[in-house]
Amino acid sequence: MKKWIPWVLVVAMAAWVLFTLAPKAEKGFKAHEFGRLPVLLNGRIQPFDSVARNSLLQIRTKQTVPFKGERGNGELSASEWLLELMMKPETADDRKVFRVDNLELLDLLKLPDNERYFSFDQLKDRLGELDKQGERIEKIESGDRTAFEKQVVRLQNAILLYQRLKVTLRPPDSDDLAAELVQYQKSIDPGLAALRARDAGGKFDRKALDDFVGRFSGFDTMAKYAYALVVPPEHPELSREQWQSAGTNLMQVARGEPLSPAVGYYASMVTAYRSDRPEDFNNTLRDYNQWLRGKFTPEVNKGARESFYNDLQAFYKALVIYVLAFVLACVSWFNRSEVLRRSAFYLIVLALVLHTAGIVFRMVLEGRPPVTNLYSSAVFIGWAAALLGLVLERLYRDGLGAAIASLVGFVTLVIAHNLALAGDTMEMLRAVLDTNFWLATHVVTVTLGYASTFVAGMLAIFYILRGVFTRTLDEQTGKSLSRMVYGIVCFATLFSFIGTVLGGIWADQSWGRFWGWDPKENGALLIVLWNAAILHARWGGLVRARGIMNMAVFGNIVTSFSWFGVNMLGIGLHSYGFMDAAFKWLMVFIGSQVAIILLGCLPLRLWRSFQSGGTPGTPARQPDGGAPVKPAPASI
Amino acid sequence: MFLDRLTKVFTSLKLTVVCLTLAMLLVFFGTLAQVDLGLYKAQNEFFRSFLIYWGPKGADWKIPVFPGGYLIGGLLLINLIAAHYSRFGFRKDKFGIIITHLGLILLLMGQLATDMLSTESSLHLRNGETKNYSESDRLTELAVIGKVDPRTDQVVAIPDSRLAGGSVIRTPELPFAVRVKHFYRNSLLVAQPTAGFEKSGATQGAGPDVWIREEPRTTKMDERDTPSALVELVADGKSLGSWLVSTRLAAPQTVTFNGRAYDLILRLRRYYIPFNLQLLEFKHDIYAGTDIPKNFSSQVRVLNPATGEDREVKIKMNTPLRYGGLTFYQASFDQDDRGSILEVVRNPSWVTPYLACLLVGVGLGVQFLSHLVPFVKRRLTT
Repeated sequence: MKKWIPWVLVVAMAAWVLFTLAPKAEKGFKAHEFGRLPVLLNGRIQPFDSVARNSLLQIRTKQTVPFKGERGNGELSASEWLLELMMKPETADDRKVFRVDNLELLDLLKLPDNERYFSFDQLKDRLGELDKQGERIEKIESGDRTAFEKQVVRLQNAILLYQRLKVTLRPPDSDDLAAELVQYQKSIDPGLAALRARDAGGKFDRKALDDFVGRFSGFDTMAKYAYALVVPPEHPELSREQWQSAGTNLMQVARGEPLSPAVGYYASMVTAYRSDRPEDFNNTLRDYNQWLRGKFTPEVNKGARESFYNDLQAFYKALVIYVLAFVLACVSWFNRSEVLRRSAFYLIVLALVLHTAGIVFRMVLEGRPPVTNLYSSAVFIGWAAALLGLVLERLYRDGLGAAIASLVGFVTLVIAHNLALAGDTMEMLRAVLDTNFWLATHVVTVTLGYASTFVAGMLAIFYILRGVFTRTLDEQTGKSLSRMVYGIVCFATLFSFIGTVLGGIWADQSWGRFWGWDPKENGALLIVLWNAAILHARWGGLVRARGIMNMAVFGNIVTSFSWFGVNMLGIGLHSYGFMDAAFKWLMVFIGSQVAIILLGCLPLRLWRSFQSGGTPGTPARQPDGGAPVKPAPASI
Repeated sequence: MFLDRLTKVFTSLKLTVVCLTLAMLLVFFGTLAQVDLGLYKAQNEFFRSFLIYWGPKGADWKIPVFPGGYLIGGLLLINLIAAHYSRFGFRKDKFGIIITHLGLILLLMGQLATDMLSTESSLHLRNGETKNYSESDRLTELAVIGKVDPRTDQVVAIPDSRLAGGSVIRTPELPFAVRVKHFYRNSLLVAQPTAGFEKSGATQGAGPDVWIREEPRTTKMDERDTPSALVELVADGKSLGSWLVSTRLAAPQTVTFNGRAYDLILRLRRYYIPFNLQLLEFKHDIYAGTDIPKNFSSQVRVLNPATGEDREVKIKMNTPLRYGGLTFYQASFDQDDRGSILEVVRNPSWVTPYLACLLVGVGLGVQFLSHLVPFVKRRLTT
């Protein structure tokens, strides 16, 4: 019976993953279908669904909008919310989508401090106050701003984004957009004639002029502020990337250029949505899709694929499974249950499959190697570390590799999730980074170096914590841990060295010097130096098992400094990944690592695993770390 | 006895670990120091030095507090070579380590050679412009340009390293000596009497109505010093007058002596290249609907009279032009997108990192795999 438990768990989790992917019949407006439509934003083709999710992450820090309705509570998907915001903002303005945590800011806006999410209607009367603060804060350098000031800026940006989304498909105060477009086209000739007559100083038709100008200025607002470009380039001389905003296209109509069918379709959808006619909406959506597919097949496919990738939520699901596996692995040490250990192992395999699928999907969507920015570096480090942990688990079968794999997998995906709050994670690469060759070689290798250094550090943490607080660090475990750490430090040295030198060679190709002592370069060098120091200290017999463990934990500090710390200095050529919110967490992490090193330095008689009678069988001795070149004089 | 002990110290792994740890501290503090000192100064103080000096703010004494990059790097190099010489020999099982360390030695030596031998300068071209020289980013020179005939200039360039106050420069190409009365490494000029500024002291040219103030040298990456000098021209023991030259005074000042005109100008140091480069067009592409740069590229024409070459090349980010022992990189561009700035690097040892990377990669790979493979086999069979 017990033999089946691991398989039951895996099948249950896999079923959960598949269940969430199953297509659901949409009642009413087909928002999910709408979310697959391609638009151009941030220089790349993406589906409305991505626009919706990334916007919501920036505004609400979540990808969905829960609501309380008369018929119970529900949840709007990102696409449903975006559809409503773009087409019927007066309803959307009542949704609680703006996240405000800062108490001072809540005070400023006169909002209740027992809530975290607020609607636009709740905020709109206090926007003047917010702008006043914003004007003052604009003059302060971002590094010198207080928490309150940063939150003001964040909220302002969220509101701006929200307002821009509103005018992406329709001008403000429009109702029946489809009919208005017809009237607008009719108003152009008389309007322009009136304009010319007025400019010539003669008599002119004021009504015709006002009618035309009124409509035109609404489209002008759309052209200026629209967030995504929704009109595909039909003209054969335009490049495929030259999408327009609906407003721009409508303004060009006044200059005699044709109205894009896309604008017509969107206008019909707006009208149908606003007059609550789902069937009309869905038919127009289907017609638009067909029209678009005829001319813009790759773009339509890209939108559909990315929308599927969004629905998959591979990283989120992998994260959940990692947590479960971690708990099982930890428990397995205490009750020495092979069933739990195996369950953890199988679950990690499943999580890793999802994790890999997510990475591969991203690579295909972007046409890039796996790591292109800080977000994907977190995802990739987690992936590599989990894979390494899994290999260790396969080799040692003691639950340790599984614990490492699941823990690092989980933590890095949490980091990635927080990095994603900054917006689009598939943004286009700046000129200097636009080279798949170096992204595939330097970036991947150096990231593997980070990942393996972290794995070594995590193993060392387990060694210290288990040794100090539990009786489970027996001689066998101690020995295998030392060997694992040593082996992984070897590979960390290899990857970080090669990665660093490849980075230098890339720099030589693009900036004209191999080594410029730039902070990010120095950070990578620190990892190389430290790993080399660990290896040489071991070969020289200067440290033994425990010393290596402490050094490996310090490797975590070095790596985190190199990964995030140097970006916070705000100098150098690599400061593209600058962010200051993470500073606090970096300090917490470093503090925790220092604490663990201090624990590791406690005299052995205070370690529970080394107290007499600690382990079953022979009393434990200092586990030997391997084969020093010459016998060390004494254990450290 | 003493020699034995010395050998022991220099071949010990302890020294390796100590040096690696010191190197880490050096790199760490050298990185933090960039925030205050700027990249260039921090580099010189921390990495291109034997010792790092420290003194209290305002005091004029400094004591060495930490080994610098050259010292640590040098010690590591000695340690590495000595250890191989005395301990390893050429054993088969140490093949990986030997290759790795060989690569490291090559890398360290190569970087030392780069430090000593490489020069960097930049070449600013507007669309259509042709040049046969590049300019230094921070070094300057005093150029005395004699007008031999309307088509020919004779240029004598005195590098700023020789422009210390009080020095006298004599050369057979010039009929007069140049006496440097004062040299300002960084300066501000104003055109009317201003508090804190002194009269320039010049008697000729643009200088007499200029007031000057010495400035602290800049540490910012995006600024450079603007030096000035007060120079006196002396012929046969007689003064021709004093001129104020400065990189802030863009126009040359003319001196006439024995019927020949000479232009005086303090300018960025020039490096002449034995061919011409013409910028045909600079391009700055952005991603649609954003201001994220997609690509910078310069379409240039190489005109080499010596080889009869006349061809077009495109220089862009990550694809430099290597030609005539020089490498030209796309470095920057003019605000109006109609001019390009190329970084020109002469680095005879540029190839060493490529070889070193290969050697170390192979070495570490061989070494670790030769342990890993048997180990994994053993684990999987038990």
